[in-house]
Parts: sequence; structure tokens; C-alpha cells
Amino acid sequence: MADNGNAVELRGVVKRFDDFVALRRADLDVPEGSFVTFLGPSGCGKTTTLRMIAGLLDPSEGDILVKGRRINDVPIHRRNLGLVFQNYALFPHKSIFDNVAFGLKYRRVSRSEVTRRVREALALVRLPDVEERLPIQLSGGQQQRIALARAIVFEPDVLLLDEPLSALDANLREEMRIELKRIQRELGIATIFVTHDQSEALAMSDKVVVMNHGVIEQEGTPEAVYNEPATAFVADFLGHSNILPARVRGREGDYYRVALEDTGMEILTAAGNAGPLETGAPVRLVLRAERLRLGDGHEHRDGDTLLNARVDTVDYQGQLARYFLSVAGMQLQAINAIDRRPFAEGATVQVRVRGDDCVILHGHGD
Amino acid sequence: MTATARGDRRPWVLLTPALTAVTLLLVIPACFIVVYSFWLRTGTGAEQAGFYLDNWREVLTDPFYRDILGQTLRIAGISTLVCALLGYMPAYFIAYTRFRHRAYLLLLLMLPFWISYIIRTMSWISILGVSGAVNALLQWLGIIDEPLQMLYNEPSVILGLVHFLLPFMILNIYVSLDGIDRSLTDAAKSLGCTGWQAFREVTLPLSLPGLAAGCLLCFVLGAGTYITPMILGGPTDAMFANLVYEAIITQLNWPLGSALSLVLLALLGGLVAIYTRYLGIDQIAKSFR
Ligand SMILES: Nc1ncnc2c1ncn2[C@@H]1O[C@H](COP(=O)(O)OP(=O)(O)OP(=O)(O)O)[C@@H](O)[C@H]1O
Ligand SMILES: [Mg+2]
Repeated sequence: MADNGNAVELRGVVKRFDDFVALRRADLDVPEGSFVTFLGPSGCGKTTTLRMIAGLLDPSEGDILVKGRRINDVPIHRRNLGLVFQNYALFPHKSIFDNVAFGLKYRRVSRSEVTRRVREALALVRLPDVEERLPIQLSGGQQQRIALARAIVFEPDVLLLDEPLSALDANLREEMRIELKRIQRELGIATIFVTHDQSEALAMSDKVVVMNHGVIEQEGTPEAVYNEPATAFVADFLGHSNILPARVRGREGDYYRVALEDTGMEILTAAGNAGPLETGAPVRLVLRAERLRLGDGHEHRDGDTLLNARVDTVDYQGQLARYFLSVAGMQLQAINAIDRRPFAEGATVQVRVRGDDCVILHGHGD
Repeated sequence: MTATARGDRRPWVLLTPALTAVTLLLVIPACFIVVYSFWLRTGTGAEQAGFYLDNWREVLTDPFYRDILGQTLRIAGISTLVCALLGYMPAYFIAYTRFRHRAYLLLLLMLPFWISYIIRTMSWISILGVSGAVNALLQWLGIIDEPLQMLYNEPSVILGLVHFLLPFMILNIYVSLDGIDRSLTDAAKSLGCTGWQAFREVTLPLSLPGLAAGCLLCFVLGAGTYITPMILGGPTDAMFANLVYEAIITQLNWPLGSALSLVLLALLGGLVAIYTRYLGIDQIAKSFR
């Protein structure tokens, strides 16, 4: 079959558990050498999708291709995929060496070659001196590295990771995140990474696949899914957004002027990817909380809308503060860096809404 | 020991009721038995207190006792082995079944315990006896003319023991299988194992502690039994506990019975000690939990 440069492809894949649909008709490409993240809330079907690719679950419909070859009927032990589990799943009764060597044992690799490759993998995860130990004698972070070494030592076609960092504490998590990315780059191996942590997804991925209730809501680069959310769910799930029902008033150059349904307030919004919209068309306006600039008085610039707001509540977070504002009876939230001290509750502030930061979604949703 | 550890009496306070019960009901009677074993039963049938080694000399030198002891260990050993072979599959099935009401399967396993052990053992007579179900069926089918003699031999004793011990074995294996992380077999398969290879590499070795605990329990229970050989064994199939029973109940020779029971106790106690030493007490405790 033609090699189109994709390590993994899903073609109309559906997964049903009895009546429950865990994955609805998913189509997806994972390019060779890329780092793709499945991001979504708990229960959205990330693990289910990953397990189907791994061969631990059978899809109800559709095809799964690895390196252009359909593998639906290939049993898991012949798929040659590296799998890392959330709980590491190291064999507790085997030494670290035997754990890492396990995949090679079933691939007819000579003994000297096994030793060489295990040492290489352990060096790659920076844990060269633990060969003799048992998994229980390692810390959580070290076990994670061994699980990774075990999954890559036999040079799998794809690396599949199911929330591999979620059992680690915050600092270690960040360290492992960088480490994992380094190893992935060094090996140039196509990787699918499952997480419900958006910062992990945005920081590590070449492509983020945002899922919700078994549906792929959007896929794209981290910047694309963050800056140009295709659905209200994506806008809300990545960071904090204000999603406001509105109606189109008319086009002004690169901008649409829209009127908010609640207050009639008019806001200029970049036309961006919104496509043609009729006057009077119902839309939703996405205002990212961290893009709303609070100030005592802003200079007006083209494409901006300035709103007067009152600070209702301040959620102080150190270098940031999250403000809950009321603007003419409408509630907005904003996240701003704190300039020495945050605005006080009850203060009157001016909010700058830059048209280029706004995103328009079609329709009023449900 | 640190000062705090020494000063903290709470564990002892909490243990007191249990320790009292064990002392009163187990340790003190056991001491009586030890004392008894050095008394002597005279020709008139009276017991003579004192420190005589006659019982011990008889028990430890008479080849009769040695042979019966060997027979006891053999029967218990074979029964344990059969239980291990027969018990693993059902335990595996219960642990890995997708059947939603798994608890009922375990309950089913306990069901036999609701019926008296003696009655369960005797039920084999109406199954395998001369006028039992199997013989009746075979005769009715015309396969045999004369009823087969299937009872009152060593195999029938082993059969009875396996019947009695199997649930203990299954429960022990089940507990250790149930404790194995399911993602381990998934991991093994993703690394290139077939299902059978994954079982051999992961599931079997990780369930060995449960199997070992089950074997120990079955062996100890089997070696200490006297009801099964009494009901299902022939005249030559006596086990060691039958000798104790005989000495104490039939001959009323308590000193000799005491010495005999201490021999069995020492032997099985020694076995448990070696076993836990070799496997680690934690491993066995884990499976009993
Ligand atoms: N074997 C199964 N039988 C029935 N339903 C299942 C089964 N496995 C998963 N599901 C359901 O499918 C949905 C998706 O599950 P999945 O494990 O893929 O979620 P997830 O996105 O990985 O969530 P999490 O972040 O909590 O791990 C869930 O609603 C779950 O209840
Ligand atoms: Mg999951």
C-alpha cells in the first residue's frame, strides 16, 4: 500500500460498548515522527481510542492503519507498538534489566545484542545503574522512565502513552515532560500521548486532538486549537473563555460588528476563519479570559472595543489574578498578570477587547 | 528499640483479649499434653504421673508409627497436588470471568461448608459404594455384572480429601490472581507475548504465592485429618491422626495419644516454619488476607 507519511491512521473508527458509543466515527492522521496528543475530559474516549490502536480493544467499525497497513486483525503481540501505562505496569517479579529486555526476548535478538540495547535504552532514559534492582526499589519517576525504556527498546513503529505522567507530583511531572519530549525527538518516533492536562498537551504536541463525549472536536497545532477554537467546547476546555451569544450587525473591513444578545453591546470581531456571515446571523463570541486587558483607562485603537466594568470578585493566584467582572449586568471573567497589586473588588476598570483576539462561532449552539 | 516504641503499650492492650484466649484455650492445654506425654499407663489401665520416656521411645522407634507417618504424608501430599492441579483453573476462571455476579461464584465455593464435613464425606458411600449410584448405573447399563469395589482404599481417601480441601485451594489461588494488576498482561502482550506466553511470564509467577499458601493449608489440613480415612479408608489406610484417635478414644491411653499428637504437631509445625522461612511470611499472609 502507498506510504503517505502517516504512522497511524484512523478511518471511520467507531467503538460501541453495548448501546453506549465511546467513540463516534473518528478519522485521524498521525504523521510519521510527530507527537500527537489526545486531550479531553474524563470519559471522553481517549483511552478507548488508544487501546484500539494498541490492539487491546477491537473497533466496532472502521479501519486502523499503522504505516499504511491495516492492522484491525493483527493481534496485539504482532503489532510492534510501544505501550506505556498510567500505572507503569512494570513486572514486579522481574529485575529492571529483565523488564526492559522483555520485548527483545520475544523478538529473537541475540543475547549480546539484548544487553547492548537494554543498556542503550537505560542510558537514554538516564537510569543506567539500576539494572539489578526490582521495580519496587525505584521511585515513581524512575519507574516511569523504566516503563518508557521498556516500550522503546525494541524500536516500535509507534509509541502509545496513556496519561503516563498523571501519577507523578507536579515538579517531577514537568521534568518528565521535558525528558519525554527530548527522548521522542531523539528517536524521531511517532507518539500518541493521552492526557486531560491542557498544559501538557499544549507544551509537548505537534498536533492536539481535542475530544469530547467520543467526538473529535478539533485537531490542529497547539496554537491553532488554542487561538482558533472551532467549537465552544474547545474554547472552554483550553483555558478560560467567555462565550457570549450575539448577532451579526455588519461587516467593517476585516471585522464583523456583532451585538451581544444580553445587553445589545456592540463589539468588533476579527472575521478570521469565520467565513461569510449574513447580517442578523446568530453567532457566539469567544473572548479568552487572558486576552481581556484590564486598565484604568485605555487609549482607543482600531479594532478595539472598550468596556467599562466593575470588579465583583478577585481570585488571587500569585503572578496572575482571575477577575469576575460585571459589564452592564453581564458577567465576564478575565485573567491578567498582576502589576504590583491586583485591582480591588468593587473597583471600576476599563476592559480592552481586541478584535483580533475574538473568535466567532456559528450559531447559538444548543 | 527506641524509647517511644518501648513506651507505647497500646498494641499490647489491644492484643490482650486475643492473647488471653490463645493462652487459655491453646497454650495451656498444649502444655498439659506435653506433661501427659511423659506419664505412663500401667497394665491395670491406671495412669501414673511422673517423668517416663516410655511413650516417646515407643513412638519414635516403632516402625509401625513411622510407616503410618509416611503414609499420612504421602496421602496428604498427593491430595494437595491433585487440589493444586484441579484448583488452578476454577480459580483463574473466577478471577478473570466477565460474569457480573462474581461474588456468587465465590459464594458457591463456600456452599459445601454449610454441610457437615462428615455428611459430605459419607455422601461418597452412596455414590461409589457397592449399592451406590455409580455401580447401580453401570449394572443397569449392563457394563458390569458384579458391583465394583471402589471405596475403602487409598484412592478413595484421597478423593474424599480432595473434595474437602479443594475450596481452600481455589480460594487461595483466587485471592492472589485477583491481586494481579490486569495491565501487566496487557503490557506483556504489547511487548510481543501471546496470551499463553503472557500467562507463563506474568500471571503464573505472580500467583505462585497464593498457590503455595493453598498447598500449605491443604497439606496441613490433609495430614491432620482422621475422619476421611475412618469413613472412606480401608483397614490399612489409617492416617496418623487415626492413631491419636485410637489411643485416646478407644484405648483411653492418654499419655501415648499425647506423645503421638505432639509428633504430628512438631512435624507440621516444622513444615510451616520452613515454608514461611523460604517463601517469606508476608507472602503467605498476603494470600490468607
Ligand atoms: N469496557 C467498557 N465497557 C463499557 N463502557 C466502557 C468500557 N470502557 C470504557 N467505557 C466507557 O467509555 C467511555 C470512554 O472511556 P475512556 O476510558 O476511553 O475514557 P478516557 O477519555 O480515557 O477518560 P479518563 O481521562 O478518565 O481516563 C467512558 O464513558 C467509559 O465509561
Ligand atoms: Mg483514560
